Amino acid sequence: MKIELQHIHKSFGQVHANNDITLTFESGQIVGVLGENGAGKSTLMKILSGYQRADRGTILLDGAPAQYHTPLAAIQSGIGMLQQDPLDVPALTVIENFIYGQPGGALLSIKQAEQQLSVICQRLGFSLQPNAPVFSLSISQRQQLEIARLIALGVRALILDEPTTGISAEQKTLLFNALRTLAKRDSVTILLVSHKLEDVLALCDEVVVLRAGTLVGNARLPVPQTELVRMMFGQVFAPQERPDVPLGNVVAALNNVTLRGKRVTVSDLNLDIRAGEVIGIAGLDGSGQELVLRAFTGLVKPRRGQVLINGENVTGKSYVELIEHGIAFGAAGRLEEGLIAGLTLTEHMALVKNKTPFIRWDIITTLTQNLLKEYDVRGGPQDFIERLSGGNQQRVLIALMPEGCTLMALEQPTRGLDVDSARKIWGQIMSRRDRGTAILFTSPELDELLTYSDRVFVAYAGHLYDAGDAKTLTIDVLGRLIGGDFNRPEAVAH
Amino acid sequence: MKNKIWLQAGLVLLPIIISLVVTALLIIAVGSNPIEVFEKSWEGAFRNSTSFAGVVNFWIPLALCSLGLVVTFSAGMWNIGVEGQMLIGAIFASWGAQFVILPSPLLIGLEILLAALGGMAWAALVGVLRLRLGVHEIFGGVALNAIANVLTIYLISGPWQPPEGGSAQSTAPFPTDALLPGISNEFSVSALAIGLVILGFIALTIALRGSRWGLQLKATGKNAVSALLLGIPTQRSALSAFLVCGAFAGIAGAYRVLFTYGSLRPLSSGGIGFLALLVVLLVGTRTLSALLTALIFSIILGGSTRLKIALQLDPSLAGILQGLIVLTVLLTNGLRARLLGNSAPTPTVDSPPFPTPEGAPHG
Amino acid sequence: MDESLVNILSSIIANATPLVIAGIGETITERAGVVNLSLDGSLALSAMAGFVAALVSGSIVVGIIIGMTVGAVIALIIAVANIELRQDQVAVGFVLTLLAADLAQFLGQDYTRIPGPKLLNLPLPILSDIPIIGTIFFNHEPLVYFSYALIFGTWYWLFHTRGGLAHRAIGERPSAAFARGTDVNRLRYLYCVIGGALVGLAGAAYSLAVKPGWATPPVMRGDGWIALAIVIFGGWHPFRVVLGAYLFAGLRALASAIQRSPDIQIPLVLLNGLPWVLMIVTLLLVSSGAIERLLSVLPRPVQRWSRNFLRSDPPSALGTRFDP
Repeated sequence: MKIELQHIHKSFGQVHANNDITLTFESGQIVGVLGENGAGKSTLMKILSGYQRADRGTILLDGAPAQYHTPLAAIQSGIGMLQQDPLDVPALTVIENFIYGQPGGALLSIKQAEQQLSVICQRLGFSLQPNAPVFSLSISQRQQLEIARLIALGVRALILDEPTTGISAEQKTLLFNALRTLAKRDSVTILLVSHKLEDVLALCDEVVVLRAGTLVGNARLPVPQTELVRMMFGQVFAPQERPDVPLGNVVAALNNVTLRGKRVTVSDLNLDIRAGEVIGIAGLDGSGQELVLRAFTGLVKPRRGQVLINGENVTGKSYVELIEHGIAFGAAGRLEEGLIAGLTLTEHMALVKNKTPFIRWDIITTLTQNLLKEYDVRGGPQDFIERLSGGNQQRVLIALMPEGCTLMALEQPTRGLDVDSARKIWGQIMSRRDRGTAILFTSPELDELLTYSDRVFVAYAGHLYDAGDAKTLTIDVLGRLIGGDFNRPEAVAH
Repeated sequence: MKNKIWLQAGLVLLPIIISLVVTALLIIAVGSNPIEVFEKSWEGAFRNSTSFAGVVNFWIPLALCSLGLVVTFSAGMWNIGVEGQMLIGAIFASWGAQFVILPSPLLIGLEILLAALGGMAWAALVGVLRLRLGVHEIFGGVALNAIANVLTIYLISGPWQPPEGGSAQSTAPFPTDALLPGISNEFSVSALAIGLVILGFIALTIALRGSRWGLQLKATGKNAVSALLLGIPTQRSALSAFLVCGAFAGIAGAYRVLFTYGSLRPLSSGGIGFLALLVVLLVGTRTLSALLTALIFSIILGGSTRLKIALQLDPSLAGILQGLIVLTVLLTNGLRARLLGNSAPTPTVDSPPFPTPEGAPHG
Repeated sequence: MDESLVNILSSIIANATPLVIAGIGETITERAGVVNLSLDGSLALSAMAGFVAALVSGSIVVGIIIGMTVGAVIALIIAVANIELRQDQVAVGFVLTLLAADLAQFLGQDYTRIPGPKLLNLPLPILSDIPIIGTIFFNHEPLVYFSYALIFGTWYWLFHTRGGLAHRAIGERPSAAFARGTDVNRLRYLYCVIGGALVGLAGAAYSLAVKPGWATPPVMRGDGWIALAIVIFGGWHPFRVVLGAYLFAGLRALASAIQRSPDIQIPLVLLNGLPWVLMIVTLLLVSSGAIERLLSVLPRPVQRWSRNFLRSDPPSALGTRFDP
């Protein structure tokens, strides 16, 4: 299906999220939609898929003007979107999710639906068990289900929003092959929204780049990566130069630790961290890296083995006790696990810094103001935390961590942030590092891992592998390790 | 702009007007005259100092329970068990009244202390069921309320029977030493109790606004998971909220048996616990508003005491008016939010009523 | 089988029927994502209204219809308050439970201890002649038969029809339902009102069948809370909810049998506390995940078939609002 966007405008209050966007997507093309956070790509895709209505402008589908205003109407017009968290119903089974949304009679014709699903799966290389409950599926399988469902509904254009987060290399290959089949054999137009340049370069025929609400670039691939970065950000980023900082003693260690999580068990874990060291843990969602991180915080208690902080055995101690020992923890979901919506910045500060039974609001307010300035947070002491942008919230989270802590354990510290905000956050993390704090973090971003870590570990299926000095690794090697390819002689199983 | 002010004022008056109108219609429906009802109610509340004392006697336990519930609401909990906590407080105080021999002031002090402890213990049960065992506090509360009532009836018809035989109406009247003294014969209200209410109000207001404990409660109520990660002992914090509320409720229960009735009887709580929940639904965590709203509800209650005798009307009319007021306030708050676009200050605990285990580590 | 035992079982079924109807009604509501906490008050008010309507009009059918209307209106208030006016379902439900109970007491004050119409037994032809089973299940007043149809109908609807899929989806993940074109809020209104009407029917069942008449305090006080607990215990599955209702009624019957027996001396009063202790125990069972663990030790095919029956998680979006 050919899609033409003509002079699309969309504003949210003051923010002009989409500013005069005019684009054409030809039938059967795979197009990468690039742009940093806030560039306007999600808004545009939401308009295309019926979740939002444009303020002005026209959309033509195969030459005819589009009139849809709801997601279902969009699907009926032929455009479907695969969300990053697929919009399925986890409590229902695969086949129930597949049927639900299809037109049909009151009774369910399960056999027919199973047949239909099986045909589509075979064609695209998917494999799905009809009676499995969706909550037991991996993200990759849920994606397959949703794509199959949309195809069954007859979509001729498919939008995918960040589909490669949280899936393995194999699953990605499977997905990309399916997308190519759809595009080349069925003339389905594929729009891939991503900030993962390597994925876009691997899969797409062309790219469009958005920046600050406008269309700044539209090119057929191949295009050098630096050129894409220039289009996205307006400048080329040189990798950071980091001064080497001498490492101190071992401040935190896990000895022969076994951890049991909901879906994975990590066993025989050995990991030491020195003062001033930065260790990054790579790995796909659910490989166990969150367990390893949280083992240092007392949120996950080892089944076997010991946790040592500054030489002292703290195994089995609670999170609150480990805070006393100098551990600071930042969870991936800022507002869900770390900040409290409904409380002001000053109140957050009081919660963390105030030690007396009665709160000295005057002292705390001054403290808050100073910290906000120091951490370059855009917001006032009386602002509610939920009003701040993601980047500012993350800065507050880090600001709340006590000075001179022994170890900062951070889950995905730059999740959801654009490159610029991410860089600033790392600046603050690194200045803590410079003052002797050890940093342990997890991240799905390979370049982030390689840029900031001294050493990199890889979690895979419950094992932690020491990949060694970050300077010796490349994105390619790291990517393979994450996918479970351990043909490197230096990769020592711990 | 002018329109907005009229709208605002209208929305504040609307609940009161609707409640009164609907109540009037109901009165007519049972064949009575609303004007008469209003007159008799006014008499019931304000005719003389005895009537007004009746109002104050409702207000004291209602205010105590409301203050306690402000605490649990701050922590994000629905302490429906407050009725049971009053009953257990009443039981503990009754035990002291019947079986402990001490000079009057000491005895009274002991009874109040026992009542607070009893209420705390009963509230702790609800708290533990919720925080450790995942049983929602609504069900734990309802069940424990019923069990507390069963216990009361058991005691009255069994071990604490009055000498003339168990008819489950009440225990024998408590010795005068055990009872709280009133201010005077004309104004039969306990000054000590009023003092306790005011003391409680001051202490709680300061604690909730300006203490670490209060801020931790607020944080726990808004996001227990984040609060935990910021280093707050959320379970302890939430449990402490139950304990404080239980103590207040227990003392409220003690007041009912040591003053209002002078003996232990079934349902001595008189529905005051539930009424206090309605109060807190209206005021959220504002302690002064809680006292004032409790007063308004007490006036309505006091007014209703005359209805049975004077007009053969069931006193549940009071509950109807109170319920209507709260319902209409909730609805107009929502209406206001829609029409004016600002968010209303109703204390919503808009989370799924069935908790999933919190603080569970991810795998 | 001993004849008196058969009669006891039969009376358990009869006595449990209002709980069954209320429980299934609330299951329908909660599967759609709405909590109707007003059950206790609703039951009382609809019982009184149904009784008075039947008394005044001379027609039981009118009484039943009025009862159902009362229940539906109360449920509608909760739905409107939550969906249109953004108020918390639990808060509004709680106020309504007190208000409805007070209304029942106030408006019903002139109708206590008055004999009124009562639904008569209607033994089903052929079926009621089956030995034992016939007496237990098929020798009842019509609402009991209605409850049987309701149980199976609700089960079939939820798990075997397209509409049932949407019904479950709006309670689990309304955003996904919306993406499929389901009008989430309209359906929430519908199922809330249907559930409320069934609660109203249950109330009428009390005052027109099980315990005819109206009294203060009402005989069914507390049953609304028990019905809410039974829905949780029943894992929001019609069959299990029914099981819970019959179990409760059975245990109540046991308690009164014990109380009547001269051999066992337990103070009557303490037996009254038994249902509540039971409520806590059953909720503990559910929340501790014991039932889920039971599921995981079953063989695979049995697991698949019984998954819906044994699942104990609440509908994920229960109690929340949805804004398209």
